[in-house]
Amino acid sequence: MTVQASHAIDEAMEKSLTVMAPRPDVGSLAIENVGKTYDPEGARVVALHDCSVDIAPGDFLAIVGPSGCGKSTLMNIIAGFDNVTEGRVLLDGQLLATPSSPPKPGPDRVVVFQNGALFPWKTVLENVMYGPLVQHKMTLDVAEERAMDLLTKCGGLDKVAASYPPQLSSGMQRRVEIVRALINEPKILLLDEPFRAMDTVSKNTMHQHLLEMYRVCRKTIIFITHDLEEAIYLADKVIVMTSRPGTIKSTIAVNLPRPRTPEMMLGAEYLALKAQAIASVHEEAKKAFERGEREHA
Amino acid sequence: MKTSWWTSRKFWLMWAGYAGAIAMWYASVKWLPIASFNRLPDPWAVAREWFSPHPAFGVSVFTPVYYVHIFYSVYRATAAFLLAVLLGVPLGILMGWSRTFDTYASALVGLLRPIPPLAWIPLAILIFPGIEIAVIYVTFLVAFFATVMNTYVGVKSIDPDYFRAAASLGSKPRDVLRHVIIPGALPNIFTGLQIAMGAAWFSLAAGEMIAAQYGLGFMIFESYNLIQFPTIVIGMATLGIAGFISSALIRVVGNRLMRWRVQSFGMKG
Repeated sequence: MTVQASHAIDEAMEKSLTVMAPRPDVGSLAIENVGKTYDPEGARVVALHDCSVDIAPGDFLAIVGPSGCGKSTLMNIIAGFDNVTEGRVLLDGQLLATPSSPPKPGPDRVVVFQNGALFPWKTVLENVMYGPLVQHKMTLDVAEERAMDLLTKCGGLDKVAASYPPQLSSGMQRRVEIVRALINEPKILLLDEPFRAMDTVSKNTMHQHLLEMYRVCRKTIIFITHDLEEAIYLADKVIVMTSRPGTIKSTIAVNLPRPRTPEMMLGAEYLALKAQAIASVHEEAKKAFERGEREHA
Repeated sequence: MKTSWWTSRKFWLMWAGYAGAIAMWYASVKWLPIASFNRLPDPWAVAREWFSPHPAFGVSVFTPVYYVHIFYSVYRATAAFLLAVLLGVPLGILMGWSRTFDTYASALVGLLRPIPPLAWIPLAILIFPGIEIAVIYVTFLVAFFATVMNTYVGVKSIDPDYFRAAASLGSKPRDVLRHVIIPGALPNIFTGLQIAMGAAWFSLAAGEMIAAQYGLGFMIFESYNLIQFPTIVIGMATLGIAGFISSALIRVVGNRLMRWRVQSFGMKG
């Protein structure tokens, strides 16, 4: 083999490693004028007010906002843990939530939790196989094969398949939890501040893992965070929320090319987006802080 | 190099504890200037009686009657304990799971639980045919409440995110019960079973003293009436050993069922 030919092969391989999976057909979400009021008869705490978002299939959406801005409420509504009191949510044109329908969680919108919710009494493999098995979507053999395949694809997690979650680092636990969600082929993957409690180095590693998973098994992703840099780096679209009542303050389209690399965070494009986002978040954070000061004075 | 069990510190500390207790016992009988303590048999007298082929008061490891007493006590404790597990675990799970059922049952359990088991004995003898069932009933009662309460707390202490995760992954209520509630509550359930077993033994001994023809509690009380003091201590020591063994058995079963805890945290028992 000539040197050139081997170069060509290397290049082709490198390219195949960085090609995005095609946009999926399903997973579009329409949030239309959604409002949520807790205790409507009594204290009337307005958690969300008139929120509208459109997400195309396969989009990576990040929702950013200060604590208590209703981003978790919005996520709970999409996940089906909570109902809406105004407006409606449509998933692929089908009604998902209206004020009159009871909340209904399901495997088409799997959640990865802030503090992790892998079952500690099940091994990594059992955790991953759980969804397809309780839904009777796969036989044990098929589920095991598929689970091992996904675990292998997602950064060599097959090596810890027989371990129990508490034996793994929190980063690994979170990756396993994402795999546990992905095996269900969800239309939407909901990530609720999954890397919140991590140090910067682990967080950066997790970003690369998540982007890689997104590249390989592309799904609509809704990523909740309070970390702006993380949101811009990962997402196609960043929504900035304000607090009390939670409303959508601004939407920032992120047109950075994929695959994303850490070096992009030093580029002019990224920095401009960040400046734009900081301006709008800062205003909000200041308001929320001042309100808090007043309340506690 | 791994140290053998008999050179380990733990092993010697354990025996030091036993030796200390026996020494204090001996000292209190022989040298304590309180006359009534002289009635207490010293350790050697008890040991001689316990292992004598011809015991002075008729009970030793060589006499069949000793095993009849043990058999009755073990049988009653086991029956009461199994009944408590069979009824208490499901009730505790139901109370922890369903808010409606919780409100309904908690009031009742809250009121019945503080009634001391011995207070039940007269009624139990009146309503049940035969003394046997009455004794088992009072033993069952304490074990039952310990099991219910700990199972209930166990279910309540499961992280709500596990329920949400299960729902998100498409679980039906049956799956939630099997894969979240039972394994999640298991550590507390087994703590409850340990407590239940201990409570069963002390309630049993008391029940047997008042209303029984056989059993270790009966043996202790009868020996007291007949002034056969070494036999009292033999009965007490046998109860201690029986309680110890039953607790150890529950621990072994628990560790078997909760391998994830042993492997993840090195937690045993």
